[in-house]
Amino acid sequence: MIQIQLKHVDMSFHGRPVFQDINLEIAKGEVMVIIGPSGSGKSTILRLIIGLLKPTAGEIWINGEEISGYNEERMNVIRRHMGMVFQYSALFDSMSVGENVAFGLRQHTKHTEEEIASIVRRKLRMVGLTGQENAMPNELSGGQKKRVSLARAIAVNPTIVLYDEPTAGLDPIMSNTIDRLITSTRRRLGNTGVVVTHHMASAFEIADRIAMLYEGRIIETGTVQEIRNSTNPIVQQFIYGRKKSGTMTERGLDQL
Amino acid sequence: MLVALLESFGRRALQLFETAGQIVILFVQTLQQMRHLNIRHAIVQMSHLGVDSLPIVLLTVLFTGMVLTVQTAHEFIKYGAQSSVGGVVAIAMGRELSPVLSGVVVAGRVGAAITAEIGSMKVTEQIDALRVMATDPVAYLVAPRLVACVFMVPVLVVFADAIGVVGGYLVATLYAGIGSFTYINSIKVFAVVNDITGGLVKSMFFGGIIAIVGCYKGLTTASGAAGVGRATTESVVLSIILIFISNYFLSLVLYR
Ligand SMILES: Nc1ncnc2c1ncn2[C@@H]1O[C@H](COP(=O)(O)OP(=O)(O)O)[C@@H](O)[C@H]1O
Ligand SMILES: [Mg+2]
Repeated sequence: MIQIQLKHVDMSFHGRPVFQDINLEIAKGEVMVIIGPSGSGKSTILRLIIGLLKPTAGEIWINGEEISGYNEERMNVIRRHMGMVFQYSALFDSMSVGENVAFGLRQHTKHTEEEIASIVRRKLRMVGLTGQENAMPNELSGGQKKRVSLARAIAVNPTIVLYDEPTAGLDPIMSNTIDRLITSTRRRLGNTGVVVTHHMASAFEIADRIAMLYEGRIIETGTVQEIRNSTNPIVQQFIYGRKKSGTMTERGLDQL
Repeated sequence: MLVALLESFGRRALQLFETAGQIVILFVQTLQQMRHLNIRHAIVQMSHLGVDSLPIVLLTVLFTGMVLTVQTAHEFIKYGAQSSVGGVVAIAMGRELSPVLSGVVVAGRVGAAITAEIGSMKVTEQIDALRVMATDPVAYLVAPRLVACVFMVPVLVVFADAIGVVGGYLVATLYAGIGSFTYINSIKVFAVVNDITGGLVKSMFFGGIIAIVGCYKGLTTASGAAGVGRATTESVVLSIILIFISNYFLSLVLYR
Protein backbone atom coordinates (compact mmCIF):
# COMPACT_ATOMS: atom_id res chain seq x y z
CA MET A 1 0.00 0.00 0.00
CA ILE A 2 1.29 3.44 -0.95
CA GLN A 3 1.41 5.76 2.06
CA ILE A 4 3.17 8.81 0.64
CA GLN A 5 3.03 9.89 -2.96
CA LEU A 6 4.40 12.93 -4.77
CA LYS A 7 2.92 13.47 -8.22
CA HIS A 8 4.48 15.91 -10.69
CA VAL A 9 5.60 18.19 -7.86
CA ASP A 10 7.28 21.48 -8.78
CA MET A 11 8.82 23.73 -6.18
CA SER A 12 10.30 27.18 -6.53
CA PHE A 13 11.28 29.87 -4.04
CA HIS A 14 10.66 33.43 -5.23
CA GLY A 15 10.41 32.21 -8.82
CA ARG A 16 13.68 30.26 -8.62
CA PRO A 17 12.94 26.57 -9.21
CA VAL A 18 14.46 23.98 -6.87
CA PHE A 19 12.98 20.99 -8.64
CA GLN A 20 10.44 20.12 -11.31
CA ASP A 21 8.21 17.13 -11.87
CA ILE A 22 9.19 15.11 -8.82
CA ASN A 23 7.42 11.74 -8.64
CA LEU A 24 7.93 9.51 -5.64
CA GLU A 25 5.98 6.65 -4.09
CA ILE A 26 6.71 5.40 -0.61
CA ALA A 27 5.02 2.25 0.63
CA LYS A 28 3.66 1.73 4.13
CA GLY A 29 6.37 0.42 6.46
CA GLU A 30 9.16 1.12 4.00
CA VAL A 31 12.31 3.13 4.70
CA MET A 32 12.98 5.41 1.74
CA VAL A 33 16.32 7.20 1.70
CA ILE A 34 16.70 10.33 -0.38
CA ILE A 35 20.27 11.11 -1.36
CA GLY A 36 21.68 14.00 -3.32
CA PRO A 37 24.19 16.81 -3.12
CA SER A 38 23.58 19.61 -0.64
CA GLY A 39 21.21 22.26 -1.97
CA SER A 40 19.47 19.77 -4.26
CA GLY A 41 16.20 20.11 -2.33
CA LYS A 42 16.19 17.07 -0.03
CA SER A 43 15.00 19.00 3.03
CA THR A 44 12.44 20.73 0.85
CA ILE A 45 10.90 17.35 -0.04
CA LEU A 46 10.50 16.50 3.66
CA ARG A 47 8.97 19.92 4.34
CA LEU A 48 6.50 19.41 1.52
CA ILE A 49 5.50 15.98 2.85
CA ILE A 50 4.77 17.35 6.33
CA GLY A 51 3.12 20.51 4.99
CA LEU A 52 5.62 23.09 6.26
CA LEU A 53 5.81 24.20 2.62
CA LYS A 54 3.23 24.11 -0.16
CA PRO A 55 4.31 22.93 -3.62
CA THR A 56 4.25 25.39 -6.51
CA ALA A 57 2.48 22.72 -8.57
CA GLY A 58 1.62 19.04 -8.33
CA GLU A 59 -0.04 16.78 -5.78
CA ILE A 60 1.07 15.33 -2.47
CA TRP A 61 -0.86 12.34 -1.17
CA ILE A 62 -0.63 11.06 2.41
CA ASN A 63 -2.73 8.02 3.33
CA GLY A 64 -5.01 8.64 0.37
CA GLU A 65 -5.56 12.35 1.07
CA GLU A 66 -4.29 15.08 -1.22
CA ILE A 67 -2.79 17.55 1.26
CA SER A 68 -1.22 20.25 -0.87
CA GLY A 69 -4.32 22.45 -0.55
CA TYR A 70 -4.85 21.80 3.16
CA ASN A 71 -4.85 24.71 5.57
CA GLU A 72 -2.90 24.53 8.84
CA GLU A 73 -5.86 23.19 10.80
CA ARG A 74 -6.54 20.27 8.46
CA MET A 75 -2.82 19.65 8.11
CA ASN A 76 -2.53 19.35 11.90
CA VAL A 77 -4.90 16.38 11.85
CA ILE A 78 -2.53 14.62 9.41
CA ARG A 79 0.55 15.68 11.38
CA ARG A 80 -0.63 13.93 14.53
CA HIS A 81 0.40 10.71 12.80
CA MET A 82 3.76 12.05 11.71
CA GLY A 83 7.05 12.82 13.40
CA MET A 84 10.12 14.66 12.20
CA VAL A 85 13.74 14.68 13.31
CA PHE A 86 15.32 17.97 12.30
CA GLN A 87 18.85 18.39 11.01
CA TYR A 88 19.87 20.50 14.02
CA SER A 89 17.46 18.69 16.34
CA ALA A 90 15.28 21.79 16.95
CA LEU A 91 14.73 20.87 20.59
CA PHE A 92 12.76 23.43 22.59
CA ASP A 93 15.65 24.95 24.50
CA SER A 94 13.46 26.42 27.24
CA MET A 95 12.24 22.91 28.15
CA SER A 96 13.95 19.93 29.73
CA VAL A 97 14.57 16.73 27.78
CA GLY A 98 11.55 15.12 29.43
CA GLU A 99 9.28 18.06 28.57
CA ASN A 100 10.50 17.98 24.97
CA VAL A 101 9.64 14.31 24.62
CA ALA A 102 6.31 14.80 26.43
CA PHE A 103 5.32 17.79 24.29
CA GLY A 104 3.16 16.01 21.71
CA LEU A 105 1.58 13.81 24.37
CA ARG A 106 0.61 16.81 26.50
CA GLN A 107 -0.74 18.73 23.51
CA HIS A 108 -2.75 16.01 21.86
CA THR A 109 -3.51 13.11 24.17
CA LYS A 110 -5.49 12.68 27.35
CA HIS A 111 -2.81 10.67 29.15
CA THR A 112 -2.32 11.34 32.85
CA GLU A 113 0.97 12.80 34.03
CA GLU A 114 2.04 9.35 35.32
CA GLU A 115 1.29 7.75 31.97
CA ILE A 116 3.19 10.50 30.19
CA ALA A 117 6.17 10.07 32.52
CA SER A 118 6.22 6.36 31.83
CA ILE A 119 6.01 6.84 28.04
CA VAL A 120 8.81 9.42 28.20
CA ARG A 121 10.93 7.01 30.26
CA ARG A 122 10.34 4.24 27.73
CA LYS A 123 11.15 6.41 24.69
CA LEU A 124 14.31 7.75 26.32
CA ARG A 125 15.38 4.19 27.09
CA MET A 126 14.82 3.27 23.44
CA VAL A 127 17.30 5.95 22.37
CA GLY A 128 19.78 5.10 25.12
CA LEU A 129 19.18 8.16 27.32
CA THR A 130 17.66 6.53 30.38
CA GLY A 131 17.21 8.92 33.28
CA GLN A 132 18.03 12.10 31.33
CA GLU A 133 14.54 13.62 31.75
CA ASN A 134 15.73 16.63 33.71
CA ALA A 135 18.74 17.54 31.57
CA MET A 136 18.41 20.75 29.54
CA PRO A 137 19.12 20.63 25.78
CA ASN A 138 22.13 22.97 26.08
CA GLU A 139 23.83 20.42 28.36
CA LEU A 140 23.73 17.73 25.68
CA SER A 141 26.16 16.78 22.91
CA GLY A 142 25.06 16.89 19.26
CA GLY A 143 24.50 13.13 19.21
CA GLN A 144 22.43 13.20 22.40
CA LYS A 145 20.29 16.03 21.01
CA LYS A 146 19.64 14.00 17.88
CA ARG A 147 18.51 11.09 20.03
CA VAL A 148 16.21 13.28 22.14
CA SER A 149 14.80 14.67 18.91
CA LEU A 150 14.17 11.11 17.75
CA ALA A 151 12.51 10.21 21.06
CA ARG A 152 10.31 13.31 20.75
CA ALA A 153 9.38 12.42 17.16
CA ILE A 154 8.29 8.89 18.06
CA ALA A 155 6.62 9.71 21.40
CA VAL A 156 3.13 9.69 19.88
CA ASN A 157 3.80 6.48 17.89
CA PRO A 158 3.57 8.14 14.47
CA THR A 159 2.98 6.06 11.36
CA ILE A 160 5.38 8.23 9.35
CA VAL A 161 8.74 9.49 10.62
CA LEU A 162 10.85 11.95 8.60
CA TYR A 163 14.57 12.30 9.29
CA ASP A 164 16.54 15.27 7.97
CA GLU A 165 20.25 14.40 7.86
CA PRO A 166 20.08 12.43 11.11
CA THR A 167 23.79 11.59 11.05
CA ALA A 168 25.25 14.85 9.70
CA GLY A 169 27.98 16.26 11.89
CA LEU A 170 28.24 13.15 14.07
CA ASP A 171 31.27 10.92 14.51
CA PRO A 172 31.15 7.51 12.80
CA ILE A 173 30.26 5.62 15.98
CA MET A 174 27.37 7.94 16.82
CA SER A 175 26.23 7.86 13.17
CA ASN A 176 26.09 4.12 13.42
CA THR A 177 24.09 4.31 16.64
CA ILE A 178 21.55 6.62 14.99
CA ASP A 179 21.31 4.34 11.94
CA ARG A 180 20.56 1.39 14.20
CA LEU A 181 17.96 3.46 16.07
CA ILE A 182 16.18 4.29 12.82
CA THR A 183 16.10 0.60 11.94
CA SER A 184 15.02 -0.56 15.39
CA THR A 185 12.34 2.15 15.64
CA ARG A 186 10.86 0.95 12.38
CA ARG A 187 10.98 -2.65 13.58
CA ARG A 188 9.15 -1.78 16.81
CA LEU A 189 6.63 0.77 15.54
CA GLY A 190 6.23 -0.53 11.99
CA ASN A 191 6.32 3.08 10.80
CA THR A 192 7.20 4.38 7.37
CA GLY A 193 10.50 6.26 7.28
CA VAL A 194 11.78 8.93 4.94
CA VAL A 195 15.44 9.67 5.54
CA VAL A 196 17.43 12.42 3.90
CA THR A 197 21.18 11.93 4.01
CA HIS A 198 24.36 12.35 2.10
CA HIS A 199 26.16 9.60 4.03
CA MET A 200 26.18 6.71 1.59
CA ALA A 201 27.15 4.21 4.29
CA SER A 202 24.04 5.20 6.27
CA ALA A 203 21.87 5.03 3.20
CA PHE A 204 22.95 1.47 2.38
CA GLU A 205 22.58 0.46 6.03
CA ILE A 206 19.01 1.59 6.61
CA ALA A 207 17.28 1.86 3.23
CA ASP A 208 14.72 -0.40 1.67
CA ARG A 209 14.84 1.84 -1.35
CA ILE A 210 16.92 4.84 -2.33
CA ALA A 211 15.98 7.81 -4.51
CA MET A 212 18.64 10.15 -5.85
CA LEU A 213 17.86 13.81 -6.33
CA TYR A 214 20.13 15.69 -8.70
CA GLU A 215 19.76 19.06 -10.41
CA GLY A 216 16.05 19.32 -9.74
CA ARG A 217 15.07 15.79 -10.73
CA ILE A 218 14.94 12.32 -9.27
CA ILE A 219 17.41 10.63 -11.55
CA GLU A 220 17.24 7.14 -10.07
CA THR A 221 15.06 5.15 -7.68
CA GLY A 222 15.67 1.56 -6.62
CA THR A 223 16.57 -0.95 -3.95
CA VAL A 224 19.99 -0.76 -2.34
CA GLN A 225 21.22 -3.43 -4.73
CA GLU A 226 19.82 -1.65 -7.77
CA ILE A 227 21.42 1.64 -6.74
CA ARG A 228 24.80 -0.03 -6.10
CA ASN A 229 24.67 -1.54 -9.56
CA SER A 230 23.28 1.54 -11.28
CA THR A 231 24.88 2.33 -14.59
CA ASN A 232 24.03 6.01 -14.24
CA PRO A 233 27.44 7.76 -14.05
CA ILE A 234 26.15 10.50 -11.73
CA VAL A 235 24.83 7.94 -9.26
CA GLN A 236 28.11 6.05 -9.45
CA GLN A 237 30.07 9.20 -8.89
CA PHE A 238 27.92 10.18 -5.93
CA ILE A 239 28.07 6.84 -4.14
CA TYR A 240 31.70 5.96 -4.83
CA GLY A 241 33.03 9.53 -4.69
CA ARG A 242 34.02 9.23 -8.37
CA LYS A 243 33.04 7.29 -11.42
CA LYS A 244 34.10 3.67 -11.64
CA SER A 245 35.24 4.08 -15.21
CA GLY A 246 34.82 6.23 -18.29
CA THR A 247 35.50 9.91 -18.78
CA MET A 248 35.99 12.28 -15.90
CA THR A 249 33.23 14.80 -15.37
CA GLU A 250 34.08 18.36 -14.47
CA ARG A 251 33.31 17.62 -10.86
CA GLY A 252 35.64 14.62 -10.96
CA LEU A 253 38.42 16.76 -12.34
CA ASP A 254 37.88 19.36 -9.65
CA GLN A 255 38.53 16.78 -7.01
CA LEU A 256 41.89 15.72 -8.45
CA MET B 1 18.70 61.52 -8.83
CA LEU B 2 15.33 62.85 -7.74
CA VAL B 3 13.59 59.91 -9.40
CA ALA B 4 15.86 57.46 -7.62
CA LEU B 5 15.12 59.17 -4.32
CA LEU B 6 11.37 59.06 -4.94
CA GLU B 7 11.61 55.44 -6.02
CA SER B 8 13.42 54.39 -2.87
CA PHE B 9 10.99 56.42 -0.78
CA GLY B 10 8.07 54.75 -2.51
CA ARG B 11 9.56 51.31 -1.99
CA ARG B 12 10.04 52.00 1.72
CA ALA B 13 6.47 53.26 2.02
CA LEU B 14 5.14 50.13 0.30
CA GLN B 15 7.19 47.94 2.64
CA LEU B 16 5.80 49.82 5.60
CA PHE B 17 2.22 49.26 4.45
CA GLU B 18 2.95 45.60 3.82
CA THR B 19 4.39 45.20 7.32
CA ALA B 20 1.42 47.02 8.82
CA GLY B 21 -0.96 44.73 6.95
CA GLN B 22 0.85 41.61 8.11
CA ILE B 23 0.83 42.83 11.70
CA VAL B 24 -2.94 43.36 11.50
CA ILE B 25 -3.34 39.86 10.03
CA LEU B 26 -1.28 38.36 12.88
CA PHE B 27 -3.47 40.23 15.37
CA VAL B 28 -6.66 38.84 13.84
CA GLN B 29 -5.18 35.32 13.75
CA THR B 30 -4.25 35.65 17.41
CA LEU B 31 -7.79 36.64 18.33
CA GLN B 32 -9.07 33.61 16.40
CA GLN B 33 -6.69 31.36 18.34
CA MET B 34 -7.75 32.72 21.74
CA ARG B 35 -10.01 29.71 22.30
CA HIS B 36 -6.84 27.58 22.42
CA LEU B 37 -5.22 29.94 24.96
CA ASN B 38 -3.22 28.17 27.64
CA ILE B 39 -4.06 30.20 30.76
CA ARG B 40 -1.06 28.83 32.62
CA HIS B 41 1.31 30.09 29.91
CA ALA B 42 -0.37 33.49 29.99
CA ILE B 43 0.16 33.71 33.76
CA VAL B 44 3.82 32.72 33.42
CA GLN B 45 4.24 35.48 30.83
CA MET B 46 2.50 38.00 33.10
CA SER B 47 4.82 37.29 35.98
CA HIS B 48 7.88 37.56 33.70
CA LEU B 49 6.57 40.86 32.41
CA GLY B 50 5.89 42.28 35.85
CA VAL B 51 9.17 41.21 37.36
CA ASP B 52 11.21 42.37 34.38
CA SER B 53 9.63 45.78 34.02
CA LEU B 54 8.26 47.04 37.33
CA PRO B 55 11.53 48.34 38.86
CA ILE B 56 12.60 50.25 35.76
CA VAL B 57 9.07 51.59 35.13
CA LEU B 58 8.92 52.89 38.70
CA LEU B 59 12.35 54.49 38.49
CA THR B 60 11.44 56.18 35.20
CA VAL B 61 8.14 57.65 36.37
CA LEU B 62 9.49 58.62 39.79
CA PHE B 63 12.02 60.93 38.19
CA THR B 64 9.53 62.09 35.60
CA GLY B 65 7.05 63.11 38.32
CA MET B 66 9.87 64.88 40.13
CA VAL B 67 11.17 66.83 37.14
CA LEU B 68 7.65 67.72 36.05
CA THR B 69 7.05 69.23 39.49
CA VAL B 70 10.33 71.14 39.46
CA GLN B 71 9.38 72.76 36.15
CA THR B 72 5.70 73.44 36.83
CA ALA B 73 6.25 74.61 40.40
CA HIS B 74 8.94 77.04 39.24
CA GLU B 75 6.64 78.66 36.66
CA PHE B 76 3.34 78.35 38.51
CA ILE B 77 4.65 79.94 41.71
CA LYS B 78 5.64 83.00 39.66
CA TYR B 79 1.96 83.49 38.83
CA GLY B 80 0.70 82.53 42.26
CA ALA B 81 -0.79 79.29 40.95
CA GLN B 82 0.96 76.87 43.32
CA SER B 83 -2.44 75.39 44.17
CA SER B 84 -2.59 73.95 40.63
CA VAL B 85 0.70 72.05 40.73
CA GLY B 86 -0.56 68.79 42.24
CA GLY B 87 -3.46 68.62 39.79
CA VAL B 88 -1.26 69.30 36.78
CA VAL B 89 1.22 66.62 37.81
CA ALA B 90 -1.52 64.06 38.49
CA ILE B 91 -3.35 64.73 35.24
CA ALA B 92 -0.16 64.73 33.15
CA MET B 93 1.04 61.50 34.73
CA GLY B 94 -2.30 59.74 34.56
CA ARG B 95 -3.29 60.73 31.05
CA GLU B 96 0.02 60.76 29.20
CA LEU B 97 3.31 60.24 30.95
CA SER B 98 2.71 57.03 32.92
CA PRO B 99 1.13 55.10 30.06
CA VAL B 100 3.52 56.30 27.38
CA LEU B 101 6.69 55.93 29.44
CA SER B 102 5.62 52.55 30.77
CA GLY B 103 4.87 51.51 27.20
CA VAL B 104 8.32 52.62 26.06
CA VAL B 105 10.03 50.82 28.94
CA VAL B 106 8.05 47.62 28.37
CA ALA B 107 8.78 47.81 24.62
CA GLY B 108 12.48 47.97 25.43
CA ARG B 109 12.43 45.25 28.07
CA VAL B 110 9.67 42.84 27.20
CA GLY B 111 9.09 43.54 23.50
CA ALA B 112 12.79 43.00 22.86
CA ALA B 113 12.79 39.80 24.92
CA ILE B 114 9.74 38.45 23.07
CA THR B 115 11.36 39.07 19.67
CA ALA B 116 14.70 37.62 20.76
CA GLU B 117 13.09 34.48 22.17
CA ILE B 118 10.72 33.80 19.27
CA GLY B 119 13.35 34.89 16.73
CA SER B 120 15.89 32.41 18.03
CA MET B 121 13.20 29.72 18.02
CA LYS B 122 12.55 30.61 14.41
CA VAL B 123 16.16 30.40 13.23
CA THR B 124 16.76 27.10 15.08
CA GLU B 125 13.63 25.56 13.47
CA GLN B 126 11.80 25.32 16.81
CA ILE B 127 8.82 27.10 15.24
CA ASP B 128 8.78 24.44 12.51
CA ALA B 129 9.06 21.79 15.24
CA LEU B 130 5.91 23.23 16.87
CA ARG B 131 4.04 23.06 13.57
CA VAL B 132 5.27 19.53 12.91
CA MET B 133 3.88 18.56 16.31
CA ALA B 134 0.49 19.88 15.20
CA THR B 135 0.75 22.96 17.43
CA ASP B 136 -0.13 26.36 16.02
CA PRO B 137 2.69 28.79 16.89
CA VAL B 138 0.19 31.66 17.02
CA ALA B 139 -1.95 29.87 19.59
CA TYR B 140 1.02 28.55 21.53
CA LEU B 141 3.37 31.55 21.51
CA VAL B 142 1.51 34.71 20.48
CA ALA B 143 -1.83 34.36 22.31
CA PRO B 144 -0.40 34.09 25.86
CA ARG B 145 2.00 36.98 25.24
CA LEU B 146 -0.78 39.18 23.88
CA VAL B 147 -2.97 38.45 26.90
CA ALA B 148 -0.08 39.04 29.30
CA CYS B 149 0.87 42.39 27.77
CA VAL B 150 -2.70 43.68 27.43
CA PHE B 151 -3.50 42.97 31.07
CA MET B 152 -0.12 43.51 32.72
CA VAL B 153 0.89 46.87 31.23
CA PRO B 154 -2.17 48.58 32.83
CA VAL B 155 -1.17 47.02 36.17
CA LEU B 156 2.28 48.56 35.79
CA VAL B 157 0.64 51.90 34.92
CA VAL B 158 -1.40 51.88 38.14
CA PHE B 159 1.85 51.64 40.10
CA ALA B 160 3.44 54.20 37.79
CA ASP B 161 0.63 56.72 38.40
CA ALA B 162 1.04 56.37 42.14
CA ILE B 163 4.82 56.67 42.12
CA GLY B 164 4.78 59.62 39.70
CA VAL B 165 2.43 61.55 41.98
CA VAL B 166 4.54 60.62 45.00
CA GLY B 167 7.67 61.86 43.21
CA GLY B 168 5.85 65.13 42.54
CA TYR B 169 4.78 65.34 46.17
CA LEU B 170 8.34 64.91 47.41
CA VAL B 171 9.67 67.68 45.18
CA ALA B 172 6.68 69.98 45.85
CA THR B 173 6.98 69.74 49.61
CA LEU B 174 10.73 69.34 50.13
CA TYR B 175 12.09 71.54 47.32
CA ALA B 176 9.46 73.90 45.94
CA GLY B 177 7.93 74.94 49.25
CA ILE B 178 4.38 73.93 48.37
CA GLY B 179 2.47 72.66 51.36
CA SER B 180 1.51 69.04 51.64
CA PHE B 181 -2.20 69.96 51.93
CA THR B 182 -2.06 72.27 48.92
CA TYR B 183 -0.54 69.55 46.71
CA ILE B 184 -2.99 66.84 47.75
CA ASN B 185 -6.00 69.12 47.67
CA SER B 186 -5.07 70.28 44.20
CA ILE B 187 -5.17 66.68 42.99
CA LYS B 188 -8.62 66.27 44.52
CA VAL B 189 -9.90 69.44 42.88
CA PHE B 190 -8.51 69.01 39.38
CA ALA B 191 -8.09 65.32 38.70
CA VAL B 192 -11.02 63.05 37.87
CA VAL B 193 -11.29 59.27 37.61
CA ASN B 194 -11.18 59.44 33.82
CA ASP B 195 -7.64 60.82 34.03
CA ILE B 196 -6.58 57.43 35.38
CA THR B 197 -8.91 55.11 33.47
CA GLY B 198 -8.18 56.81 30.15
CA GLY B 199 -4.49 56.17 30.73
CA LEU B 200 -5.21 52.56 31.57
CA VAL B 201 -7.23 52.09 28.38
CA LYS B 202 -4.32 53.53 26.41
CA SER B 203 -1.87 51.22 28.11
CA MET B 204 -3.91 48.19 27.07
CA PHE B 205 -3.47 49.28 23.46
CA PHE B 206 0.25 49.81 24.05
CA GLY B 207 0.53 46.34 25.57
CA GLY B 208 -1.20 44.90 22.52
CA ILE B 209 1.15 46.77 20.17
CA ILE B 210 4.23 45.55 22.05
CA ALA B 211 3.10 41.92 22.05
CA ILE B 212 1.98 41.72 18.43
CA VAL B 213 4.94 43.67 17.02
CA GLY B 214 7.34 41.65 19.21
CA CYS B 215 5.88 38.34 18.07
CA TYR B 216 5.63 39.44 14.44
CA LYS B 217 9.27 40.48 14.32
CA GLY B 218 10.25 37.23 16.03
CA LEU B 219 8.24 35.01 13.70
CA THR B 220 9.64 36.78 10.61
CA THR B 221 13.27 36.78 11.77
CA ALA B 222 15.67 36.06 8.90
CA SER B 223 18.06 33.18 9.44
CA GLY B 224 21.69 33.84 10.22
CA ALA B 225 23.45 35.13 13.29
CA ALA B 226 22.64 38.78 12.55
CA GLY B 227 18.94 38.06 12.06
CA VAL B 228 17.86 37.92 15.69
CA GLY B 229 19.73 41.08 16.65
CA ARG B 230 18.29 43.03 13.75
CA ALA B 231 14.75 41.78 14.41
CA THR B 232 15.03 42.76 18.09
CA THR B 233 16.10 46.31 17.30
CA GLU B 234 13.39 46.69 14.66
CA SER B 235 10.80 45.37 17.08
CA VAL B 236 11.63 47.95 19.75
CA VAL B 237 11.82 50.85 17.30
CA LEU B 238 8.54 49.94 15.58
CA SER B 239 6.70 49.40 18.89
CA ILE B 240 7.83 52.76 20.25
CA ILE B 241 6.86 54.60 17.05
CA LEU B 242 3.43 52.95 17.05
CA ILE B 243 2.96 53.77 20.74
CA PHE B 244 3.59 57.46 20.13
CA ILE B 245 1.39 57.61 17.04
CA SER B 246 -1.50 55.68 18.58
CA ASN B 247 -1.17 57.71 21.79
CA TYR B 248 -2.02 60.88 19.89
CA PHE B 249 -5.17 59.40 18.39
CA LEU B 250 -6.19 57.69 21.63
CA SER B 251 -5.89 61.05 23.41
CA LEU B 252 -8.13 62.64 20.79
CA VAL B 253 -10.77 59.97 21.34
CA LEU B 254 -10.48 59.59 25.12
CA TYR B 255 -10.09 63.25 26.12
CA ARG B 256 -12.13 65.39 23.78
N1 LIG C 1 12.59 28.94 2.71
C1 LIG C 1 13.38 29.07 1.63
N2 LIG C 1 13.43 30.23 0.95
C2 LIG C 1 14.21 30.38 -0.13
N3 LIG C 1 15.00 29.40 -0.64
C3 LIG C 1 15.00 28.22 -0.01
C4 LIG C 1 14.19 27.98 1.15
N4 LIG C 1 14.40 26.71 1.56
C5 LIG C 1 15.28 26.18 0.69
N5 LIG C 1 15.65 27.07 -0.25
C6 LIG C 1 16.57 26.83 -1.37
O1 LIG C 1 16.20 25.61 -1.98
C7 LIG C 1 17.32 24.85 -2.33
C8 LIG C 1 17.22 23.47 -1.72
O2 LIG C 1 17.32 23.57 -0.33
P1 LIG C 1 17.25 22.31 0.63
O3 LIG C 1 15.98 21.59 0.41
O4 LIG C 1 17.52 22.80 2.00
O5 LIG C 1 18.47 21.44 0.10
P2 LIG C 1 19.19 20.20 0.79
O6 LIG C 1 18.43 19.81 1.99
O7 LIG C 1 19.22 19.15 -0.28
O8 LIG C 1 20.57 20.66 1.12
C9 LIG C 1 18.53 25.63 -1.87
O9 LIG C 1 19.06 26.30 -2.98
C10 LIG C 1 17.99 26.61 -0.89
O10 LIG C 1 18.72 27.80 -0.92
MG1 LIG D 1 18.95 19.92 4.02
